[in-house]
Amino acid sequence: MRNAFAQEVTELAENDPRIILLSGDIGNRLFDGLRARCPSQFVNCGVAEANMIGVAGGMALSGLRPITYTIAPFTTTRCLEQIRVDIAYHRAPVIIVGTGAGLSYASLGPTHHSLEDFAILRAIPNLRILAPWDPPSLCYVLRQALLDVAPTYIRIGKKGERSLCTIDKVEGIGRLTRISTGMGIAIVAVGTIADEAVLATQKLKDAGMSVTLALAHTVKPFPERDFSELLNTHDHIITVEEHSVAAGFGESSVNFANRSGFRGRLFSMGAPDLFFDKLASQSGARARAGISASAIIEMVKALTHHIS
Amino acid sequence: MTPSDQELMSIASELRFRVIRTSSLSETPHVGSCLSCIDLLVYLYWRVLRIDPKDPLCKQRDRFILSKGHAAPALFQVLAKRGFYDVADLENYGSEGSIFGEHPPAPMHLPGIEAATGSLGHGLSMGLGMAMAGRYRKLRYHTYVVLSDGECNEGSVWESAMMASAQGIKSLTAIVDYNKWQATGRSNEVTGLAPLVEKWAAFGWHVLEIDGHDFKEIQSAIADEDELDRPKVIVAHTVKGKGVSFMEDDNNWHYRIPSASEVQKAATELGMAREYARQ
Repeated sequence: MRNAFAQEVTELAENDPRIILLSGDIGNRLFDGLRARCPSQFVNCGVAEANMIGVAGGMALSGLRPITYTIAPFTTTRCLEQIRVDIAYHRAPVIIVGTGAGLSYASLGPTHHSLEDFAILRAIPNLRILAPWDPPSLCYVLRQALLDVAPTYIRIGKKGERSLCTIDKVEGIGRLTRISTGMGIAIVAVGTIADEAVLATQKLKDAGMSVTLALAHTVKPFPERDFSELLNTHDHIITVEEHSVAAGFGESSVNFANRSGFRGRLFSMGAPDLFFDKLASQSGARARAGISASAIIEMVKALTHHIS
Repeated sequence: MTPSDQELMSIASELRFRVIRTSSLSETPHVGSCLSCIDLLVYLYWRVLRIDPKDPLCKQRDRFILSKGHAAPALFQVLAKRGFYDVADLENYGSEGSIFGEHPPAPMHLPGIEAATGSLGHGLSMGLGMAMAGRYRKLRYHTYVVLSDGECNEGSVWESAMMASAQGIKSLTAIVDYNKWQATGRSNEVTGLAPLVEKWAAFGWHVLEIDGHDFKEIQSAIADEDELDRPKVIVAHTVKGKGVSFMEDDNNWHYRIPSASEVQKAATELGMAREYARQ
């Protein structure tokens, strides 16, 4: 997704001189294309994320459309106040891009994991939170974020994410994208964990169990309309995110389901309250966090057993 | 018509009195911090800033950010006197629902405000962004940011200082209101702030050091042309509580609210007895 982001932002920048890419001294050769084709639209801010966000705020208030880019925890937990005050309170139309969603950088240790970003940003007014699941959905949300002129955080993966659907199939901001329709149980997968959810639903289908799978790229505003439809047409819901179980999309879902009077069961799958400090691949870390395809399958089976 | 130094002093005295009176009536603190930077603000708003209160969003306008947002009571008075809104609007200062409080609100809430500050360490970064945008868009505006000395404790100030000099941005001027106090102690003792001039120079800025209450020195510093492409910082030595004898260099006036009798005494010292009597 990093490469897709770089390519997309380069194309967008060529067509819109207001776009400025601010980098936190990251992405080795990633933006060579942008630097070659639109040199004045790339600024390396160095390893100074608080300043980078403030600069972006000032630029946005002065008619530009800045996009900041660095690893997700460095642009969220590290400079939360700048996001809150310089961007969100000012309604400055800055797009804050955090790469390395969730456990994408599993092997680099907890300093590079991003399991709290939804939680801390959800409570900030005026800020939208987007988590595309693959390159096409990334391109879609990025273009939409530029059209919508609002403070936006976009959390993206790192590399190797396969495309799960074409861009024309991606639903709008605040919507869910239906991948499959089944009976009884609906899975809502947020962002890059979608790959595990797709794998899980495929294996379940092969075993004769058909579940609904919907993908969410919008954490905030919560996709109420489409989520309502799932609540109305399914017995039980599973949400899964590459994020802590605390205060993420799952909690939003539980709150919404309660307010909607949902009588079924809603399980939020997410990372437990732990730092993942043992060396691991992303798939290994996901397994330890209980959000792998296997874990999703086990959750569906447990629910199915409960139903029967 | 450009006001004379005498007229500027008169404006500064009037605004000092209004800050003190409003602080007393609305129980808004930070009087000392306001009084130390009033002369800087008056000079900027009446002699320097290319602004039009009737067109506050003109894209060519100079930008001013009060990064030491707790001196907002001073800025609010300046903006009112300058014509961004009616002076009468300040009568609800500090009331329930008023936009006028301890810190500048976001720009959409009040004309003349460029940035909502109050948490120290944000203004210079935002100002740098504004200056860089102006350079990129080939607009001629200049961006001024007033910081407090205590604010220079914040790491983010030095992040932006480093980037500004690396960017070689000439359309950015920072002014440090160096009144030698911060909330709970002398600013040169709470942290190793001094030598402040040398610090800014080491970060690649063009540094000027002045008496922040002397209009001639402010004028000279603002007008100073540097041959290099780099930002400018004016380290302005000031007195916290300047202009009122019983407030000067007394850090109690960081938080203390003036009593009615203190307002009267201040009015007399500032030559504002007649305005005091009219209220």
